[in-house]
Parts: sequence; structure tokens; C-alpha cells
Amino acid sequence: MSSINDPYEDLTISKGAVAEPGTSLVNKTGTWREFKAVIDHDACTGCGICETFCPDVAAKHVGDRRYEIDYDYCKGCGICANECPVEAIEMVPEVK
Amino acid sequence: MGEQVMLKGDRAVAHSVLSTQPDVVSAYPITPQTGIVEKLSQMKADGDLRGEYLKVDSEFNAASSCIGASAAGARVFSATSSQGLKLMSEPLFTASGMRLPLVLAVANRSLSGPLSIWNDHTDAFAERDGGMIQFFAEDVQEAVDNVLMAYRVAEDPDISLPALANLDGYILTHVKEPVEIPTEEETNAFLPKREPHATLDPKNPKTMGAFARPEHWTETRYAVHDALRRSADVIGETVEAFADQFGREYGLEYGGLVQTYGDEDADVAILGLGSIVGTMRDVVADHPTSVKIVKPRVIRPYPVEALREALAGVESVGVLTKEVSPGHQSTLASELKSAMYGSGHNPTIQSYVLGLAGRDVTKAEIADIVDEVAAAASSGPSKTFVGEEDWPQLDRDILPNEVTN
Repeated sequence: MSSINDPYEDLTISKGAVAEPGTSLVNKTGTWREFKAVIDHDACTGCGICETFCPDVAAKHVGDRRYEIDYDYCKGCGICANECPVEAIEMVPEVK
Repeated sequence: MGEQVMLKGDRAVAHSVLSTQPDVVSAYPITPQTGIVEKLSQMKADGDLRGEYLKVDSEFNAASSCIGASAAGARVFSATSSQGLKLMSEPLFTASGMRLPLVLAVANRSLSGPLSIWNDHTDAFAERDGGMIQFFAEDVQEAVDNVLMAYRVAEDPDISLPALANLDGYILTHVKEPVEIPTEEETNAFLPKREPHATLDPKNPKTMGAFARPEHWTETRYAVHDALRRSADVIGETVEAFADQFGREYGLEYGGLVQTYGDEDADVAILGLGSIVGTMRDVVADHPTSVKIVKPRVIRPYPVEALREALAGVESVGVLTKEVSPGHQSTLASELKSAMYGSGHNPTIQSYVLGLAGRDVTKAEIADIVDEVAAAASSGPSKTFVGEEDWPQLDRDILPNEVTN
């Protein structure tokens, strides 16, 4: 979803390891997930509380009161499901 | 040369800090340090301290706000003791990794438990591995002077590391001594303006103190290690420049890292850190044995070469120290042994743990130690590890066997 060059390629360490801003986007933390937040768009009222509470900015407004989960960064913490006032988000185990 | 004034150690350190005009002072009170930041707070209220004075809710916040201010390019100061230094420990390790030159005065005090407010070096040694420069002061004047030297070394762009200027709680913080206080003009001539390697700036955003992958952390830790070792030379240059400008000398013949007193050619030496050296000097002046006194001025960087030189002709060394690493031995002694390893010279090194949590160390006790150390000069290094350390002040009468067995 996001396009950013991996700053860790050819990285040399500066004094105090000062880094360019915004570089954490290359760390796709979605791989840490054990449960996947799945939105039921029929039940969703588009209130945006999931976006407000998501600690990783992974619940995103994509327009027209519609919200999607960015699975590149969703760690599956379940805060959105817990906060959703209409229980429109289900935490589904990540199983293969 | 300035004129001498009578000042308590804590007040004198505050005046020394004032002469550096830090941009930010952030502190939380704790005995026996409180007098330092209390005085700085008054200086702020009186308009003498032009920087910001932050009243924070804990030592964790004091160190953390110093990190933020230092990352923005400020000259910062804080002071603490004991439990307060423990609470600063986490942000201080961060500061060294971020290469931020925080300068702190530490009024050394024992750690809980049991609770004690009195002096020893447990707090300073507990921070040994944090990547900070650590100075120790024998008297109030040295504590005053170490503040200026700590700033110059810490803020040197090639070093850029936090520094602790240790002074013994009560023994130095609460004693009045005649001292010379540098004026702001004198300090300006000695201490260049800070040139930060990077600054927090919304117009030029960057990430400081961020995340390192396993592929990169080793290099940042090595960089701290390397800078701290290189700081030994910068301390030498700084002590020399200080002597040139202020006329007070701190071990120029040992690169400003170690001072010696007494007979340079003595076979017997006693080594101590901080204010105990004053008592050691008194003892040696009247003692029949010819003794050299060795005083490290820093424990980080560890002055390996200077100590090897100072002990080159010495057969027996007694280490008088106000700390112990439980389960091993005193760190001051074990590090001295590691410094001598491979030097081709293997003097007897005997460790004496004393002066813990404010227990007075008397001249008679030190004289007895000198006798023991002198006797050990002929017997050579102990073959048993336990035999190398003694707790001369341990009172077995108040320590029942069931507690130690």
C-alpha cells in the first residue's frame, strides 16, 4: 500500500543514530498479527471511532463514510473491535 | 584568578553551573542534592539564570526533558542523588546512545534498602555501564571545577556524551570551604558554545532516538564505547587548558585522569575516589611508611594507562572504596586488577570496602590499612580470591550468624 524506499538498505550509522523522518513505514508490522480485524460494512455506521482509537493509524477513512483496515500495519490488537459502538468489527484468528 | 569565598558545596556547584548559563535546568529535589537545584531555582527567580528552569514531577522527567532540550540544541543541567539517579538511569542510557551531552551533578548517596540518605558510591557505580563520563571530586573546589570540565568534554563535538560530575553527599555538599567561583566571562573563555551534531527542528524534520534493527545496534553501542575511550584524551586537553586559564592543576602528569600525592617512589600505594582522599592525605603525612596516594578523577573513561604509570614501581596497593558489587567484589578493585592484567607488572591489590552509607572513615582505620598494605608488599599477591577483600568496618557483634549463614 505504501511506497517508500527502505532506509535500512545501505544504511550507515550517523552520530546518535539520527534518522530521516517517516522511515518507520518500511517496518510492516502487520506480520506480527495473530488476529485480523474484519469490518462488516453492512453493520458499520461510518462513525470513525475505529480510526480515532487505532494506535497504528491502520483503520483508515477511504471516503464516503467507509473505513478499511490497512493490513500492512494492523497488529491485530483488537482495540477497534472493542471500541466499535455497533460491534461491526470482528477479530478473526490468522490461521493457515 | 578570582577571589576565594566561603560556600557550601551545593551552593558552590550551583554558582559554577550558573557561570555556564545552561539553556535548560530541569530537576527534582532529593537529599543531599537539593541545595544545588534550590540555589539555581533562586538564581532563576532573581533573573541571574537566563535559561529555562523546569519543575518536573520526577527524576525520570528531569532526565527526559533534558534529553528533549539537548536534542533541540540546548545546553542542559540537572542534579540528583541515589534513588533519583536510579530513576534517571533509563533516560541516561538513552542520552548516551543519542550522543546528547547532558551534564549532571550527582551528590553521591547510598541506595535502598535499607533506606539511607548518607554518602557512598553505590549510586554512581550502578550507572557505570550507561555510556556516561563520570568525574569524582576530592573537595568543593574540584567539584566546582569538574562542572566546567564536564561541560567542555561532554559537549566536545567529537565526544558528545552525557557526563556526571560526582561529589560526595554531605561530606562535600554540606561543608563550607573556601572556593574560587568562575565568572561567566571566565567560563565563556574556557567553554565554547555548544555545536550540536543534529537538532530537532520542525522545518527540517528528523528522527532521533529511534529504533535499530539487530544489524545496526552493535555499531551504535560501539560508537558510544569508542567515544568514551577517546574522551580520555579530551579530558587531558581540557585539564591542561583549565590549568592554563585558572591555575588549578588536576593530574597533568597523568593526562588529567589520575592524581598522585606523597612519595612518588614508594613501594606502597593506597587508592581512593572522592573526598576520602583528603583523609588519606592526612594519614600519609604522619605515617612512618612511605606511601603514594593514587586518586582516579574519573571511573569512565577508565584510566588504564594512567593507573599503570602511577603504579609502575608499586609492590602493594590498597583500594579504599565505598561500594561493592555483591557476589563479586568492589568494582574499583576488580577494575584495577583488570587494568594491570597484561601490563607485565603484578602488584598485590587488596580491597577495603568501607565508608558505606555514611559510616565515618577515621584516620586510625586508614593507618591500619596502610600497615596491612605495607606488610603485603613482601608477601605478594594473595592466592585466594576471598583473601583479597576486607570489610574493616564490619561489626560482627551486631550481625548474628543466622543472618549471614
